[in-house]
Amino acid sequence: MSARAGTASRPVIGLDLRLRATAGSEWIKFRSVRSGPFALSATALTVVVGAWLLGDANRGSYLAASPVGRAAFDPVFTVFQGIELAQLFVGALGVITVTGEYASGLIRGTFVATPQRAQVLAMKALVFAVVVWACCTAMSFAAFFLGQSALSPAKHAGIGDPGVLAAVFGAGLYLTLVGLLGLFIGVLVRRTPAALAVLFGLLAVLPIVFAQIPGTITKNLGEYTPDAGEQAYHLLPDGAYTLGPWAGLGVEAAYVVVAALVAFALILRRDA
Amino acid sequence: MIEALSLTKVYGGKAAVDGIDFQVKPGLVTGFLGPNGAGKSTTMRMILGLDRPTSGTVTIGGRGYQGKVWPLHEVGALLDARAVHPGRSAYDHLHSLAAANGIARARVGEVLEQVGLTSVAHKRAGGFSLGMFQRLGIAGALLGDPGTLMFDEPVNGLDPEGIIWIRTFIRSLAAEGRTVLVSSHLMSEMALTADHLLVIGRGRIIADMPMSELMARHSGDRVEVRSADPERMAADLRAAGAQVTLEPGGMLGVIGLGSRPIGELAAERGHVLYQLRDVTASLEEAYFRLTGESVEYRAAAAVTSGAVS
Repeated sequence: MSARAGTASRPVIGLDLRLRATAGSEWIKFRSVRSGPFALSATALTVVVGAWLLGDANRGSYLAASPVGRAAFDPVFTVFQGIELAQLFVGALGVITVTGEYASGLIRGTFVATPQRAQVLAMKALVFAVVVWACCTAMSFAAFFLGQSALSPAKHAGIGDPGVLAAVFGAGLYLTLVGLLGLFIGVLVRRTPAALAVLFGLLAVLPIVFAQIPGTITKNLGEYTPDAGEQAYHLLPDGAYTLGPWAGLGVEAAYVVVAALVAFALILRRDA
Repeated sequence: MIEALSLTKVYGGKAAVDGIDFQVKPGLVTGFLGPNGAGKSTTMRMILGLDRPTSGTVTIGGRGYQGKVWPLHEVGALLDARAVHPGRSAYDHLHSLAAANGIARARVGEVLEQVGLTSVAHKRAGGFSLGMFQRLGIAGALLGDPGTLMFDEPVNGLDPEGIIWIRTFIRSLAAEGRTVLVSSHLMSEMALTADHLLVIGRGRIIADMPMSELMARHSGDRVEVRSADPERMAADLRAAGAQVTLEPGGMLGVIGLGSRPIGELAAERGHVLYQLRDVTASLEEAYFRLTGESVEYRAAAAVTSGAVS
């Protein structure tokens, strides 16, 4: 303990090692609190059990429907409608992953350990995205198979049918992007209730507002709300949206990118 | 070594830290003393790169904190002990910090042992007492076996046993040759812990000197005198070169003349004395004299040294 006070020189630490250390730390933080498992279980319950209930409920109505109604029936979207509720759980998880750290003051400890704040935020977002994507994609596969078996013998889809695999992956991607949007909004707002209000406003209120106001302007704007990404898990085009699955996900991703850019700028500039 | 040069932080047009210069040297406990709101925490946050200085610089080991990679090997800090996720265990909390700086997992168990938290390592931190939080915070500061340690108000809210533990621990860290900066708003605490004092008030350094020097310089002796005719007594004492204050009940507070010459003077001038008493000013009084000008928020009514805390 004699050569002290920062005189000891340590070997230079490579960027890959630093990024791995930050990601490792973020993963430990993610898995060591209950909010992650809780929110993801609620999501799984809503998406998977929802798919079975929706499949079961729509089987009879499909068989009783007219030929026109049958042609418009989208067996994939029908069983994935639980995502509209589940997205709030995933989005809330993204929010509290960040705001929980601000609320407890832990964010200062995090930045004392890693003064490279952009690196912290990037690894936090990466760990979150990987975990949420893996869970939500697994859920959407489970939901698809359970939902389709419940729909049978009414019109149902096989995983090999055209567009189906993309739709199932699209559902997982949609939820992951919602979670990331929540995470970056959490950085911008820093307080849990306000961040949740902003996120739910964007996801649930804004589309309804545009849908309720008549006119072509609101209809066109309505195409560009964050939930445009929902088209990713439609097999047939949805009446309200015309962009299509990939452009729809692109609109949603654009919201995430803008929120991320502002979040990175603010986290670097603000006092912690 | 921690070094600040013209360090300034302005919030909303008001300087919380106003161009301060100081050095914190290794092998000593440096006490960072000042009333609440004097700028101690702001300064510590700037040292750790959490708040950006409005102007000036502060470095640890010659480099600014923002540029450090895996700084826990060099600097350990306890800012707010309660800054722990209430749902996370002490072990996981420390493990996440260790992982962020490439510190071996085995070290987590070691520091938990060192602060005496091994038995509650896997309990959720939300149920911890303030003393346990302080121990956990200190464990976090020790993870990387750093040469520089900073503690912000480490004894606040602790029971006597905890206070003695932290005091002894901090002293032992400096004895090992580390640089230790400890903030407090209590002079009595600093008197027992610090070798060197930095006194801050209204964002400026008021005193930067060894503890022993501060005690010698600022605790001038005082004599209390009661006599039959305080007015005339005061005039005679002033004529002899003493500083005299007339206090309630006819008491005279005398500085600059010892009790012996005062007694002789009283006999010479024919004063009747009821009381002649030496009063040694406490460190709290010395501190109050230093910061009296700079207390940020004080009650409008009579201020005593006790009100500074």
